[in-house]
Amino acid sequence: MDKKDIPQDKGHLKNFTREVFYAKNDKGEYEAGLSAGWEVKNQALDFAWKDIEEKVNQAKEDIKNGKISPIKYYMELNVMDFQTLAAYTGIWTFFIKRHFKPKVFKKLSDKTLAKYASAFEITIKELKEFGKNDK
Amino acid sequence: MEKTINKNFQHYQAAHCENGVTTSLLKNIGVDFITEPLAFGIGAGLFYIHIPFVKFSGGPAVSYRSMPGTVFNRTCKALKIPLERKKFNKEQKAQEFLDAALKQNINVGCQVGVFHLNYFPKEYRFHFNGHNLIVYGKENGQYLISDPVMETTTSLTPEVLNKVRFAKGMLAPKGQIYYPTKAVDISRDTIEKAIVKGIKINTNFMLNIPTAYIIGAKGIKYTANRVRKLRDKVGIKQAGLYLSQIIRMQEEIGTGGGGFRYIYAAFLEQAYNYIPKDEFISISEEITRSGDLWRACAMQMAGIFKGRITEQKHFDEIADKMFEISDIEEQSFRRLSKIKLK
Repeated sequence: MDKKDIPQDKGHLKNFTREVFYAKNDKGEYEAGLSAGWEVKNQALDFAWKDIEEKVNQAKEDIKNGKISPIKYYMELNVMDFQTLAAYTGIWTFFIKRHFKPKVFKKLSDKTLAKYASAFEITIKELKEFGKNDK
Repeated sequence: MEKTINKNFQHYQAAHCENGVTTSLLKNIGVDFITEPLAFGIGAGLFYIHIPFVKFSGGPAVSYRSMPGTVFNRTCKALKIPLERKKFNKEQKAQEFLDAALKQNINVGCQVGVFHLNYFPKEYRFHFNGHNLIVYGKENGQYLISDPVMETTTSLTPEVLNKVRFAKGMLAPKGQIYYPTKAVDISRDTIEKAIVKGIKINTNFMLNIPTAYIIGAKGIKYTANRVRKLRDKVGIKQAGLYLSQIIRMQEEIGTGGGGFRYIYAAFLEQAYNYIPKDEFISISEEITRSGDLWRACAMQMAGIFKGRITEQKHFDEIADKMFEISDIEEQSFRRLSKIKLK
């Protein structure tokens, strides 16, 4: 790639930084240049975040319909997968999946809830009373 | 308020975080010749692996570079620079150690997770724990940070720094820190040997790991075959997610499959200045071509998840391009392995 072809597509890096990009100068030698961003990468990020948003909204919907517990919602909101949430809480994936069930969730001790709350950086109250104000 | 800043510290921006930290830490102790491409090449940073059965945010777990931490280690070792590397169990211990190092005017490399890294744009903040930055001082209760992918230096509160140093999940950094402990004189002979060693290690990675259908040049074909079957197997929407994930792995901030190939091509060009083998230049051209193809691949993948192109033939085209990349990289490293180096 030639230095003049370094992509300058403004996107998510705008107002944060430009990134270094190695490309060829007039003499045909590699040199570091700066890029404002690349459209393709911006699109990939947008696509990923759209998917996350959909999952968050779906979780919200499922909680309303009594299908799932708020833990799932906060897990999606924090872009976590089971492995990550398990690592932050110290709770095994098998149990996390059980805690997704509203019935099981209601019976969770404050000690367990505290582990989730800390992983999501919220209070136990926020976790317990999820959506109460919406109704 | 306590204040410890290494006044002479100079920030260097780089395309990739670990290359950048390595280059910057070494330059700041007086290793003038080092450049990002040289650190990347001597540290044997180029790689490809597709870890099967593991999913990462709905996509495959692929990596275009070697494990975090290895570039710094290999570069220092090859250049005979003594280094310190430490992991911690407790946040407090990790912070105390860091503070003590800063007091001695040592600039410290840290492995961190990006999810809580608040000077990054939100869109880039996933649970990726293989990021690297330098702490070069403390002022008014804030840690002074030189993140090599950023244009300028930044700062973090102790709380946030502890959080990112103890991010959890895959590749958890465990407060890991590292830095060169002593400035040493490096002879031209040492540099030449380091370059040769880096090339040899990288050649092994890309070609010679036994039964490695998921590693190196062959690994690219493994992914390609997955991509070919994607449309039938999971449908357009999931396929889009899978491909967008490949691009994100390929093109993190300032890096990526394409980007890494360009850095390696630059390394071969610079290697030529030390060891004038004409082959380096022509192989550099080939690796550049591979970088271009990776980018073309990414563009085509974007076409799919944007819904512009959705037919099977478009998936096939991507897979074919990846086969071409695999062949180019295999041949390039074969040629590299055949050059008579000391």
